[in-house]
Amino acid sequence: MSKIVEDHQIVDIQNPIEENYIITFKSPVDIPPISPGNFAEIHIDNKPGVFLRRPFSILDVDYQKREISFYIKVIGKGTQQLGEYKIGDTVNLIYPLGNSFNIPDAAKKVLIVGGGSGIAPFILLGKVLKKRNIETTFLLGGRSKKDILLTEKFAKYGEVFATTEDGSFGEKGLVTQHSVFTSSEFNFDKIFTCGPDPMMKAVGKIAQEKEVACEVSLENMMACGFGICLCCVTATNEGNKRVCKEGPVFNVNYLKW
Amino acid sequence: MVDLRVKIHDIEFKNPVTVASGTFGFGEEMLEFVDVNKLGGIFIKGLTLENREGNDYPRMAETASGMLNAVGLQNKGIDYFIDHIYPNIKDFDTHIIANVNGSTVEDYIAVTEKLNELDKIPAIELNISCPNVKQGGMLFGTSCPSAIAVTEAVRKAYDKTLIVKLSPNVTDIAEMALAVEGAGADSVSLINTLVGMAIDAETRKPILSTVTGGLSGPAIKPIALRMVWQVYKAVKIPIVGIGGIMNATDAIEFFLAGATSIQVGTANFIDPGISVKIVDGIEAYLQKHTISDVNDLIGALEV
Repeated sequence: MSKIVEDHQIVDIQNPIEENYIITFKSPVDIPPISPGNFAEIHIDNKPGVFLRRPFSILDVDYQKREISFYIKVIGKGTQQLGEYKIGDTVNLIYPLGNSFNIPDAAKKVLIVGGGSGIAPFILLGKVLKKRNIETTFLLGGRSKKDILLTEKFAKYGEVFATTEDGSFGEKGLVTQHSVFTSSEFNFDKIFTCGPDPMMKAVGKIAQEKEVACEVSLENMMACGFGICLCCVTATNEGNKRVCKEGPVFNVNYLKW
Repeated sequence: MVDLRVKIHDIEFKNPVTVASGTFGFGEEMLEFVDVNKLGGIFIKGLTLENREGNDYPRMAETASGMLNAVGLQNKGIDYFIDHIYPNIKDFDTHIIANVNGSTVEDYIAVTEKLNELDKIPAIELNISCPNVKQGGMLFGTSCPSAIAVTEAVRKAYDKTLIVKLSPNVTDIAEMALAVEGAGADSVSLINTLVGMAIDAETRKPILSTVTGGLSGPAIKPIALRMVWQVYKAVKIPIVGIGGIMNATDAIEFFLAGATSIQVGTANFIDPGISVKIVDGIEAYLQKHTISDVNDLIGALEV
């Protein structure tokens, strides 16, 4: 029984901007080691209407304080209702779930491309990369300036670039149109990406063209999150695989997109 | 002390709580969450003769107090099970019951014959009610002649306890239960999922890749209770009650309607430890009501 299945108390809810928040929970027990890419299943039961747990990438963890936090973008009933809890309320969490990002031993320079709530797993990844002295470039994409979040946090771990579709922040356009990809100095050893499916597919395609290893973190709908229901599968070279168990992180070449 | 032991045909279960096929894997995946040896039994993930990849994603849609699934019996086939999974689970201190599926009667027989050879599997659950496969599955379980044909054929191929899992997608479930009882079933389990669908109003598209899927969860519990009650009045063989059981009180309701044991299904997705909590809750109910034997509750509904 190595997984945490515990009621956690909410110790903080921050709203960096409307429709987005960071929620922090205190665990009643020691938090086991969390790897970048791992996720948790949160039981949102403050109101009827949300039946299943919801999976969220782990944003950050403080082992000393036994605190675990999540970056939530409101996209439906579950994410809405989770934000309606108050500090002091308790919520049941299961974690750590899923696999994690693989950092090649020889990596010197990596590129991280995130969009929307897909930026969530990259704070922990940035921390690990910095500890290993790997030069990290973050590229964040959004529709406009208000969608580009956590830039100060990311800046602690590497250089931060952005694109917005309306040009209100960073370069104008989609992340895949950013000059980092067209630069003659493009020499990354690996690309990590998480965000909307079309964005990940586009990033994956560029990685394949440039022959750079690329891992994506998928966000398929799940019923359980721990490998039982077989609802969240994605098609791979070896048949349907569970995003919650064999994933959420997959090498882009392994996926049948 | 209360006695939680129940019998389905000639198998004694230490308690009446089991888990439904497809909601608990093969048991081994759940060891990090729950002590499976405390359960009466585990109905393992549905098996077919050959490897099946199941349906395309999306396979799931949340609904009011429930969910739709359209997994489509994804599994690696009976031979893989025997070689790679059975050795890991055969010594669990609980009954392992295999859920058998097929596209044809011959498929069902072939899987059954292989399971008949496994010492540590005392029973099979014949699934003639899966709504998520194009061939076989529910087609067998929604007409009496075909249900009888497949049950009789499997009965001949299987020496041990035969449980037939019934579909609720029929006009008269009591008639189906009587039909399979007559064809040699030792027990019936009910209900499998109800066929339903979910639509995205923005895109005008179905949410499931298969358009329709199987509805489970508390949303179906009233229908399941009604069907267990109807079947209880019609047949002599024991009933395994299934449908939206989320807690011990739900389980007690199924016993009162006529179930000898129950399967916890969708609830496992929300709380992977719920099945063992339900065992404890049933024990507490019996103590509170000074009932010494859980069997005294079976069909004890006061109408």
